[in-house]
Amino acid sequence: MAEYQNLFTAVQATGPLGDGVPLPRGDWRRSGKPFLWHLIGRIGNAQIGPIYLGGLGVASLVFGTLAFNIIGFNMLASVDWSPLRLVQQLFWLALEPPAPQYGLSIPPLAQGGWWLIVGFLLTVSIMLWWARTYRRARQLGLGTHVAWAFAAAIWLYLVCGFFRPVLMGSWSEAVPFGIFPHLDWVSALSLRHGNLFYNPFHALSIVFLYGSVLLFAMHGATILAVGRYGGEREIEQIVDRGTASERAALFWRWTMGFNATMESIHRWAWWFAVLCPLTGGIGILLTGPVVDNWYLWSMKHGVVPAYPQVFPVSIDPALMGGK
Amino acid sequence: MAMLSFERKYRVRGGTLIGGDLFDFWVGPFYVGFFGVTAAFFSLLGTTMIIWGAAMGPTWNLWQISIAPPDLKYGLNMAPLMEGGLWQIITVCAIGAFCSWALREVEICRKLGMGYHVPFAFSFAILGYVTLQVIRPVLLGAWGHAFPYGIYSHLDWVSNVAYQYLHFHYNPWHMIAASLFFATTLALSLHGGLVLSSTNPKKGEPVKTPEHEDTFFRDFIGYSVGTLGIHRLGLFLALSSVWFAAMCIVVSGPFWTRGWPEWWGWWLNLPIWGH
Repeated sequence: MAEYQNLFTAVQATGPLGDGVPLPRGDWRRSGKPFLWHLIGRIGNAQIGPIYLGGLGVASLVFGTLAFNIIGFNMLASVDWSPLRLVQQLFWLALEPPAPQYGLSIPPLAQGGWWLIVGFLLTVSIMLWWARTYRRARQLGLGTHVAWAFAAAIWLYLVCGFFRPVLMGSWSEAVPFGIFPHLDWVSALSLRHGNLFYNPFHALSIVFLYGSVLLFAMHGATILAVGRYGGEREIEQIVDRGTASERAALFWRWTMGFNATMESIHRWAWWFAVLCPLTGGIGILLTGPVVDNWYLWSMKHGVVPAYPQVFPVSIDPALMGGK
Repeated sequence: MAMLSFERKYRVRGGTLIGGDLFDFWVGPFYVGFFGVTAAFFSLLGTTMIIWGAAMGPTWNLWQISIAPPDLKYGLNMAPLMEGGLWQIITVCAIGAFCSWALREVEICRKLGMGYHVPFAFSFAILGYVTLQVIRPVLLGAWGHAFPYGIYSHLDWVSNVAYQYLHFHYNPWHMIAASLFFATTLALSLHGGLVLSSTNPKKGEPVKTPEHEDTFFRDFIGYSVGTLGIHRLGLFLALSSVWFAAMCIVVSGPFWTRGWPEWWGWWLNLPIWGH
């Protein structure tokens, strides 16, 4: 086992630092003078920076910073402007969406108005960041795969915070901003709708989440294992297959009877990662607007056993027409 | 023979851990080896036990078939076959099959002159399984604490165990594990997307280089971890996810028996806050 297993870079070659591929005319200049950080270089590239800010990036940061600060100040207000309490209770604090009686109307600032404003600002910030992702790729002549993967995550974000609340007719259905409060929202949603585990799209989303982790473990480990043959030079291996690709492919072929290629493994990776929020978003959008109770839905479709009726039938008070 | 065009020259003898040349051959695309034989033995036996259990059970509905662990009253003893004994045999078979699979991967690595990263990574998955099915039940004193083998029954187990601790999302190791699962998936989408965007550029453009990849990520977020680094990072994130997932369940019960929201009291009660 005294072999080199390629877990860190033993010898770092340093030379003049570059700004990278030149940008086309009309773009901003890149910001920041690149520098080397030895410890980071043990794992990956040692070079930090430069960064391209650009109009989209700056606008996105402005909107994002505004949203972040409004959340922070609302939390600070909720602990009577005590910085000490803010730190102590940070994980419990929230900027909550409007109460149910406001429906989809615009409530006073302190009753959810700030939540609406933050939701808007954050969405603008995210959309600008998406446009930046798309544009940075295009300006270098690259495909736009990263931007479209990002779009899948934005879909889930919009379902939770916008599409589903609109279909349910109330902002109160949306997710609060806060660490524990957003986890409380997840649990409450699941309990209210008969356990999200019985939602098949939730199951698919989890499959792709775990599948993505499995794929990255398999892919990362495979590439490191053929590192001595230059396996990390993936683009080169894609256009001109070498022994690294051949060994990596044969490893999986001999292990499980099937193998990807150096290019197709990245398509598997992209689809698994993208399908996680894509199916998850479908599952959340159906929860409430289409299916009220996933357990009863599963019983109806023979997925879970129907339990014997041990309690007398009770009538839902909400259906009795009383006020 | 199911061989790829370049495969023949890689099919060499040797590299086995045990048995010498005895099982050193391929069946179709599969390498066999001593551990291929043991893996086949354990998985066939285990699968047969599951089908037998299903045949003895109340349903053939694929979603509802379930092989439950023994009742808590059996503690850590052997249980009668139809009262959890099957579950015990299946669990032994599963661990046997998983370990055989990992060792078979080691032999294949040795044949191909590769590092042992894949079997090492797979051992984390085995650890996760053993933590749920052996370590935690042993610490709690009964096999009945393990999860049942069934599609929806194992989901019910997750739900029920989680609500025993009131609100499992407050489990700090669960929080770390969930964040790592999401982070790994994010990193995977970025890596897959980046490689595809370089090899499938704008129409009419030539295939791009790692220099373009680095430049894109530096423009994008100010840092590019690089072609080698991303695979180290991805493997590390994925293994950390599994590690913390195993941690979050093994502490629930053996080391913490109350609601997880209550666990955070130590923070709220630190002496630094005044009153």
